[in-house]
Amino acid sequence: MVPTHTAADRGAERVVLDAEDIGRALTRISHEILERNKGADGLVLLGIPTRGVPLARRVGSRIQSVEGVSVPVGSLDVTMYRDDLRLRPARGLEHTEIPDSGVDDKTVVLIDDVLYSGRTIRSALDALSDLGRPRNVCLAVLVDRGHRELPIRADFVGKNLPTAHAQKVQVLLEEYDGRDAVLIVDSGPGESAPGSGSMEEDVTEVTR
Amino acid sequence: MKRHLLSAADLDRDEALLILDTAGEMRSLADRPIKKSPALRGRTVVNLFFEDSTRTRISFEAAGKRLSADVINFSAKGSSLSKGESLKDTALTLEAMGADAVVIRHSASGAPHRLANSGWVRSSVVNAGDGTHEHPTQALLDAFTMRRHLGDLDGRRIAIVGDVLHSRVARSNALLLATLGAEVTLVAPPTLLPVGVETWPVTTSYDLDATLPKSDAVMMLRVQRERMNAAFFPSAREYSRRYGLDARRMGLLDAHAIVMHPGPMIRGMEISADVADSERSVIVEQVTNGVAVRMAVLYLLLSGSGEAPETSENNTTAGTEALA
Repeated sequence: MVPTHTAADRGAERVVLDAEDIGRALTRISHEILERNKGADGLVLLGIPTRGVPLARRVGSRIQSVEGVSVPVGSLDVTMYRDDLRLRPARGLEHTEIPDSGVDDKTVVLIDDVLYSGRTIRSALDALSDLGRPRNVCLAVLVDRGHRELPIRADFVGKNLPTAHAQKVQVLLEEYDGRDAVLIVDSGPGESAPGSGSMEEDVTEVTR
Repeated sequence: MKRHLLSAADLDRDEALLILDTAGEMRSLADRPIKKSPALRGRTVVNLFFEDSTRTRISFEAAGKRLSADVINFSAKGSSLSKGESLKDTALTLEAMGADAVVIRHSASGAPHRLANSGWVRSSVVNAGDGTHEHPTQALLDAFTMRRHLGDLDGRRIAIVGDVLHSRVARSNALLLATLGAEVTLVAPPTLLPVGVETWPVTTSYDLDATLPKSDAVMMLRVQRERMNAAFFPSAREYSRRYGLDARRMGLLDAHAIVMHPGPMIRGMEISADVADSERSVIVEQVTNGVAVRMAVLYLLLSGSGEAPETSENNTTAGTEALA
């Protein structure tokens, strides 16, 4: 997967987290999840495609190395539950994979790369309720960039990143982009800022 | 994908693969406690069937309902169509009712094309089989089924056997499979091959026994007696002996090869009962997959704004989202 529009097309970019920062943030989040849940019992990690999925796998392997047990990791596509589905051209679906243990009575941790408007997470909660009834649901994100449009907050945050609407946050991950980094990109001249309601998660997900 | 799905030839490789991949996700919906998605909530899908059908109509109905669309079934029998209403007046009625998609089956080749391009309706039109012309969603579900068993279809060899002349399934399959890179061989008596078949992206053969050993999938077609107005072969028995798939012929197939049939099948004619019920037969699975593929088609035609894909505001590429 190669980004079609490189950051250079669009103006200045700044690295706010490098590979080591991302690694440390994920390690801390993994420990916080275990602390909050008092162990790995009943945990199910669901990544939100695309970049939430490798993040969920990484958190899963960290939990395994700490606790010595493997936690079920899956992915949850929210495309069909988005509130802007009919405002934009039709989109293909990402892969949803629910671990065999299911989500009923589990502690589900939703994992995504960037928390912005909160609309993706609302979609994820709707998608999840069609899959079963978890005991509780919490949210882990690598970056919280603010500008919420819904009453949603993250339980575990890698980095709080104050941003302007006009800026874009781009998460690069080894699995898709060949390297780990979080960038803030200032919109280039002549380019309009993403309108209210556009999801940062879309903006950061470059291609499928 | 354009606004309509009228022909398998409308789809380029990327669009076809997008539908097939989306269908793969749709299929997993059937394994969930709630077999439903809200994607088409508030959309209306009309199934307009001028010709008898069991699985296609039920399949489209199930597909629409699983996506939360309102599905209206409209069949020729018991409607004003049997009183002589024209296609145009029926279309204007549907338009007045606010249909977002019309799934049409008609005995006249080209009826869906007429409906889509006449300006009578603004809705998307999906061809669910028109005369002896095309049946694109059947081809998609066949390709989907083959991909599940054979993987990538590039370079795979597919034999389509029987009444090609009257088969819209054969034409749509030949077009779609060629787009996907498969090599199609049509096997039929000379009288049941259409005029102009040499312009199709296929090879032809009159010898089933010679074709079977090198096929990855063999698709048997029903002999469409209802469309036959002449003697195309001497007797049913002779047809069956030369072009029917029985246990001996199935033995000629490679170990991994699958047996398909779009249905309805006539056991003892083009396919023997023991072959239809054998382990290699994926005929029942084809029906299951039909729902998933039609969900993908309806979803991709109807879920979005219907505008051209965005290119600049977001980083998404136009190519991967070129749909609807």
